[in-house]
Amino acid sequence: MPFQPVKFYQTGTFTVGNRLLAEDERSVQSNMQRTNSLNSGHRACQGCGEALGARYAIDAAMQATNRQLIAANATGCLEVFSTPYPETSWQIPWIHSLFGNTASVATGIAAAMRVKGRSDVRVVAQGGDGGTTDIGFGCLSGMFERNDDVLYICYDNGAYMNTGVQRSSATPPAARTATTMAVGAEPGNVFGQGKDLPAIAMAHGIPYVATATVAELRDLEAKVRRSMGFRGARYLHIFVPCPLGWGHASQDTIRIARLAKETGVFPVFEAENGEVVSVSKIRRKVPVEDYLRPQKRFAHLFGNPPRADVIGRIQETADRNIRRFGLLDAQGAKP
Amino acid sequence: MLKQIEGSQAVAEAVALCRPEVICAYPISPQTHIVEGLGERVKSGALAKCEFINVESEFAAMSVAIGASAAGARAYTATASQGLLYMAEAVFNASGLGLSIVMTVANRAIGAPINIWNDHSDAMSQRDCGWIQLFAENNQEALDLHIQAFRLGEELSLPVMVCMDGFILTHAYERVDIPTQEQVDAWLPPYEPRQVLDPAEPVSIGAMVGPEAFMEVRYLAHAKQMRALELIPAWAGEFREAFGRDSGGLLHTYRTDDAQMVVVALGSVLGTIKDTVDELRRDGMKIGVLGITCFRPWPIAAVRAALAHAKRVVVVEKSLAVGLGGIVSSNVRTSFTGSPDTVHTVIAGLGGRSITRAALARVFTAALADKLEPVTFLDLDRALVERALAREREQRRSGPIAENILRDLGVVAARPH
Repeated sequence: MPFQPVKFYQTGTFTVGNRLLAEDERSVQSNMQRTNSLNSGHRACQGCGEALGARYAIDAAMQATNRQLIAANATGCLEVFSTPYPETSWQIPWIHSLFGNTASVATGIAAAMRVKGRSDVRVVAQGGDGGTTDIGFGCLSGMFERNDDVLYICYDNGAYMNTGVQRSSATPPAARTATTMAVGAEPGNVFGQGKDLPAIAMAHGIPYVATATVAELRDLEAKVRRSMGFRGARYLHIFVPCPLGWGHASQDTIRIARLAKETGVFPVFEAENGEVVSVSKIRRKVPVEDYLRPQKRFAHLFGNPPRADVIGRIQETADRNIRRFGLLDAQGAKP
Repeated sequence: MLKQIEGSQAVAEAVALCRPEVICAYPISPQTHIVEGLGERVKSGALAKCEFINVESEFAAMSVAIGASAAGARAYTATASQGLLYMAEAVFNASGLGLSIVMTVANRAIGAPINIWNDHSDAMSQRDCGWIQLFAENNQEALDLHIQAFRLGEELSLPVMVCMDGFILTHAYERVDIPTQEQVDAWLPPYEPRQVLDPAEPVSIGAMVGPEAFMEVRYLAHAKQMRALELIPAWAGEFREAFGRDSGGLLHTYRTDDAQMVVVALGSVLGTIKDTVDELRRDGMKIGVLGITCFRPWPIAAVRAALAHAKRVVVVEKSLAVGLGGIVSSNVRTSFTGSPDTVHTVIAGLGGRSITRAALARVFTAALADKLEPVTFLDLDRALVERALAREREQRRSGPIAENILRDLGVVAARPH
């Protein structure tokens, strides 16, 4: 089935018009074909971006692999809220070992499948940004470098949310966390630190790297399906707002994620063998202020007087993303 | 088949005969020859249906083994020293999850100061990690223990660590009897896991367990190790029938029947100790030897029986519980019905220091004459230690300890190890 490009958006919201797609191409929450791999009843917060991202990503992976899927999960919110035993929300074979070894556990599973001649069974590893960019980075890089047949999904909410919102190497500049407090001359997280993990993944030359947000679930699902068409190491970095850690209203998760993309704060793209092959264009560029203002973690930027200088630096970063990835069409670049 | 080969190669032969399905390798001396031997077999095709994975750390090695084992594959790795410590979190995780991974530990000292030579500090640091820990006395036993380890671990759903002295065994060329594939196949059934990641029958493994059940899960791990205390001697008997030699078991005794004093030790030093005991016996001393093969689970009843008639016990151990003395001696005291004062600790061979018959004879003779301290450091250079202490008294910034001692010692001619 060819992937139908979407050209129509509902006015104002930028929501992809499911109604405008052929029925079998729609991303539908209550689709009867959905495997509900991460089933209802788990204990994620209201509006949890990670739960939403995982639900769509794993269901799409199940669909793409004809339900022959095994998942390894890092310690973190997703692990804790999904398996308060004897309850488990996972309807797939699922293992949690440690915080920092998920990519290696997935390598072991993939090796076991290969040696048993079960090449039809595919492996997903998943974790938050702490488990991916910090403590699990060594194992992840090893898995990439060996090009093991694993899809690694990072649900990036920019801090250690499970332990109470501490900074990770994915925390954005100026963001307030429990360890980058909103005090002093330069409140929040410092500029010039952190890791660009999709770029690092691309530098390993692995077959497929992509980013996605929970604002565009259809795009997210398509990328998961596409990743399953490759053998070898694949990396999907999903932007997942966290109402608890970011201090935004729980009904605004998708809006915030969309604003991250539309401002250029979070570039959405696909890369193959280290080269960018496609980008999701910004429909109508909005200033980063629109993205920052609804989040309490940036509230110190909007005090009296506001920190226009800091907001300006964040705007520069977003503009750089737009230039680097060509996120604006010539038409869209116009004010 | 009899072969004159390196200990590491003997272990590689044994592991290959056990048909491992996933082997993860990370280099660290003195373990490396084992995984090199296995890697060559996989790459050449001699060991079929096996994945050999070069990982980026020992932490990853154990983690790959965890994933492979949870997915139903027979998994093996090997490490030593710093490597064992670096993988420690995953070592505990493997036993907590009940995964029957087999790992060789080529025993080596732990730094700082960095030291590549043999002692038991690495394995002893993990004594409470939930793995079964077996110690080989010689290369034949190292080979045999691996074959037993896979069956034992898979029967109990527990991981097994086979410890062999680094360099002293791993790099020693000895004659070993290598069993045939048919013999091993007949003795070791294919791996049938109790839990497996299978899309046809999805399960969640590794969920959070709270106070309501954590104690029970931990108790079951203990209960399984207690069961190993029955299986290990029973299977050593079966092994004897199938392979025609004594290997494994909980412990070995040597000339203990009429012994007033028993020397307890683990690993390759038992050979030197037995020779020393033979000499002392010629002088009329009633002295025997207890070699511990199975350190975890601790064979409390078997050790108690072996020490039942001893008036005095000397534990020669290659690891130091800093601030206490001996780890093995602490365990021995739990099994000794005599006075705890008559259990002596002799810390020996740390960082590869040679353990000589002369030095052992001195401490054993002193013990029999009731002149041995509770904790003794075999062949400790007191003068060297006194100089270091004096320096620290005289000078606040006395400098790095190890480097100062080496300077005091001067250039030492390289000695064969």
